[in-house]
Amino acid sequence: MDETRRNFLKIAGLSVLGFGAKPVVDAVAGTGEPKFEKDPQALNGKRWAMVVNQKKCLNAKEGCKDCVLACNSAHNIPDFPNPKDEIKWIWQVKYENAFPGQENPYIDEYVKKSLKGLPFMVLCNHCDNPPCVRVCPVQATFRRPDGIVVMDYHRCIGCRFCMAACPYGARNLNWRDPRPFIKKENPEFPTRSRGVVEKCNFCSERLAVGKMPACVEACKDKALVFGDLEDPNSEVRELLRTQPSIQRKPQLGTRPQVYYIL
Amino acid sequence: MYNAGKIIIGIVIFLALITAPFWYNFGKASTPPKLEIGTQEKQCVESKAFMQSSHMVLLDQWRDEVLRVGKRIYVNSAGKQYNMSLQNTCTKCHSSKTKFCDRCHTYLNVAPNCWDCHIAPKEQEKQAGRSDK
Amino acid sequence: MLEKALRGNKSYFAWIGFLLILVGMGFGFYLRQLGLGLGITGMSRDVSWGLYIGQFTFLVGVAASAVMLVLPYYLHNYKAFGKITILGEFLAVASVIMCLTFIVVDLGRPDRAFNVLLYPSPNSVLFWDMVVLNGYLFLNIFVGWTVLEAEAKSAPPPKWIKPFIYLSIPWAVSIHTVTAFLYAGLPGRGFWLTAIMAPRFLGSAFAAGPALLILICLFLRKYTRFDAGWQAIQSLSKIITYAMVLSVFFVLCELFTVYYSQIPEHMYHFTYLFVGFHGHSGLVPWMWASTILAAIALILLINPNTRNRTGTLAIGCASVFFSLWIEKGIALVLTGYIPSPLETITEYHPTLPEIGIVIGVWALGFLVLSILYKVALSVKLEAA
Repeated sequence: MDETRRNFLKIAGLSVLGFGAKPVVDAVAGTGEPKFEKDPQALNGKRWAMVVNQKKCLNAKEGCKDCVLACNSAHNIPDFPNPKDEIKWIWQVKYENAFPGQENPYIDEYVKKSLKGLPFMVLCNHCDNPPCVRVCPVQATFRRPDGIVVMDYHRCIGCRFCMAACPYGARNLNWRDPRPFIKKENPEFPTRSRGVVEKCNFCSERLAVGKMPACVEACKDKALVFGDLEDPNSEVRELLRTQPSIQRKPQLGTRPQVYYIL
Repeated sequence: MYNAGKIIIGIVIFLALITAPFWYNFGKASTPPKLEIGTQEKQCVESKAFMQSSHMVLLDQWRDEVLRVGKRIYVNSAGKQYNMSLQNTCTKCHSSKTKFCDRCHTYLNVAPNCWDCHIAPKEQEKQAGRSDK
Repeated sequence: MLEKALRGNKSYFAWIGFLLILVGMGFGFYLRQLGLGLGITGMSRDVSWGLYIGQFTFLVGVAASAVMLVLPYYLHNYKAFGKITILGEFLAVASVIMCLTFIVVDLGRPDRAFNVLLYPSPNSVLFWDMVVLNGYLFLNIFVGWTVLEAEAKSAPPPKWIKPFIYLSIPWAVSIHTVTAFLYAGLPGRGFWLTAIMAPRFLGSAFAAGPALLILICLFLRKYTRFDAGWQAIQSLSKIITYAMVLSVFFVLCELFTVYYSQIPEHMYHFTYLFVGFHGHSGLVPWMWASTILAAIALILLINPNTRNRTGTLAIGCASVFFSLWIEKGIALVLTGYIPSPLETITEYHPTLPEIGIVIGVWALGFLVLSILYKVALSVKLEAA
C-alpha cells in the first residue's frame, strides 16, 4: 500500500478512536482516570430477601400501615384517587389474595382468630427466576447479582409485558403523570414519569448507603426482617431455620424471595 | 426533462423553505446566555471545559453506574469523591435549574427530560417548572 | 403503479375521504392520549392490556392468513387463486400495518419505541414479535408489488422472487406462533398458559382472514368489474370451514382440560368468560354472541347447500369473522387478567377516546387496503 494512504488511514483510525474516547482522554488530563466505587458504608448482600413475620404483626394496632406509609413517602409514590390508576410497592391484602389456592376453612379460622384477621403485606418478591425480567424487550428491568430485581426508568417503553408476566401483581404503570398526586415530595428520591412501569426496589438506594429498607425500619413490631440469605448468621436465615415459612406461588418456579411466617 | 419549469420552481420553493430559519436569523448577532452557577464552589466534578461539552455523557455514565452496576461514588480525575446523583449532588451547587440548565438548553433548543422524574431544586422566586415533554 | 390509486370514481374518493376523516379523528384522540397518558383508556393496574392489544392479536391472525392463498397458489400451482393471491398479500400488508400501529398506540412511552432496537433482548418474545412482524410486512409488500408490477408489464414474475415467496409461507406461521407465545409463556396467567395457544391462534386466523377476503371478493364482484371467480371463492370457503371447525375444536379442548382437571387458576377465567364470576359478568354477553355466531357459521359453512349460495355464504363468513373478532380481539386478552393474580376482579370498559383510537387505526388499515386494492385491481382489469 502506498505510504501516504497508509498514514492517512492511521490518522483517520486514531481520530475516530480519539473522539470515541474523549471523556476518558479529558479525564486522564487530570491526575488519574475517574473511577466508580461503592459507598464503603453500603450494605452488601449476596442474596437479599425478606421475611414477613405475620405473627409479630399481631402487636400492631388495628389499621397500622406504617410500612406502607414509609415506603410511599420514601419513594414519592403518588396517591391516585381512582383505584384503576393506583401505584403500590408494598400493600395490604387478605390471606386469600396473598395465597390464592391455599385457602381452606381452617386456615381461614386461624387467620381470623390467631392472627386477629390482620392483613398480609405483599410486595415484589424479587424472584430468583423473574418472569418480568425474561419478558422485558429492552432490559429495563433486570436482576442484580445481589438478587434485587430493579427497574431502569430511563429505559422502560411502557409496553406492560412485565405486568402481564408478574404472577404477584407487583407491577404498576404510571397511567397518568404522577407528580400532581404526590402528597409530599421526598427531595432525595426521583419521581417517575408518565408511561413507565414501577415497583418495589427493595430500597436499593438505601442499602447503597448502609440503611435498611424503609418499610423494615418503619415497622415497630419488627415483623419485616430483611437480610442476606447467603449469610448463615443473618437474621433472615435464623428465622427461616427456626420457623416454618411459606412463599407466594412457589409452584410457578419463580423462586420468590419474600417468605411468610404465619 | 419533462415539466422542467414546474420541477425547478418546486426545487426552489423547497430550498427556500428548508433554509428559512437560516435566512430568518441571518445577520443577527446571537449572544449565548449567561448562566448563573449559583455556588461558592470553585470546582465542578470535572473541568469546566469537560462539563460544558460532555456533562450529558457523564450524567448517562452516572445513571448506568448507579442503576445498573450499583456503584454510587464517583472518584474524579483529581481523586475527589462525589455521590453520583443529579438530584442530590449536582443541584446542591447548581441550585437554580431555570438560571443554569434551562437557559442554555433553551438557547440550544434541546429538551432533555431529566426533570420529568428528578426533582428540581426549590427556587426562591418561583417554583421551577418542569419541561413537560 | 401507485398513481393508479389517484384515479377513481366518485364513490371511491368518497370512501377514501370517509376513511381519512376517521383516521383524523383517531389521531385527534391519540394526541389527547399522548398528552394525558394511557390513563384516558379503560386499562388499569389489574387489566393492563385492553382493546389495543386485543386488536393487535386478532389482526396478526388476519395477516398470517395470506398464507392460505400463497401456499396453494405458489406451492401447489392452484390456478384458481391466481387472481386473488395478491389480494391476500395486500390484506396481510394492511393488517401488519394495523398491528404495528396498535403496538405503538399501546406504548406508555412511544418516544422510546426504538429502545427495542437499541437494546435487543432475544429472551423477550416481544422482541421476536417485532422482528417477525416487520419481516412479514417487508416480505408481503415486496412479493406483492413485484408480482403485480410484472403483471402490469404483462410479463411473468421474475424468477428471483420465488425464494421470497417460499420464505413468506413459514414466516406467516411464525408471526402468529410468536404472537401466541407472548401469552402462552407467562407463568401466572392460567387462561393463557396453554400449549394449544399457537395452534388455536393459527386455526382462528385461517378462518377469520379468508372470511374477510371472501366478503371483500363478494363486494368487489357486486360493485366493480373485478370477479375473483366462483371456484376461488368456493375453495376459500372450504378452507374457512376446516379452519373454523379446528378453531372451535381447539376451544373445546381447552374447555375439557380446564373443567375436567378443575384447577382453579385455569378454570376461574373460563367461568368468568362464559357465566360470570363472583357477580361479575362483563364479557358473558360477548362470549355468547361469539359462540352463537360460531354455531351459525358452522351450520352455514359445513352444509354444502348454504356454502354454495352467495347470500348464505356471506352470512357464514361474516359470522366467522365477528365470532373470532370477539373471541380474539376482546375476550382472549381481557380474560387473561380476570381474575387477577391475587384473585380479585377488576373489569374493563374501554373509554370513548380509546374506542376512537381503535376505529382510527382500523380506518388507517382500510385506507392502506383500499389504496393497495385499487392499484391491484386497476392492473388486473387493464391486463384482462
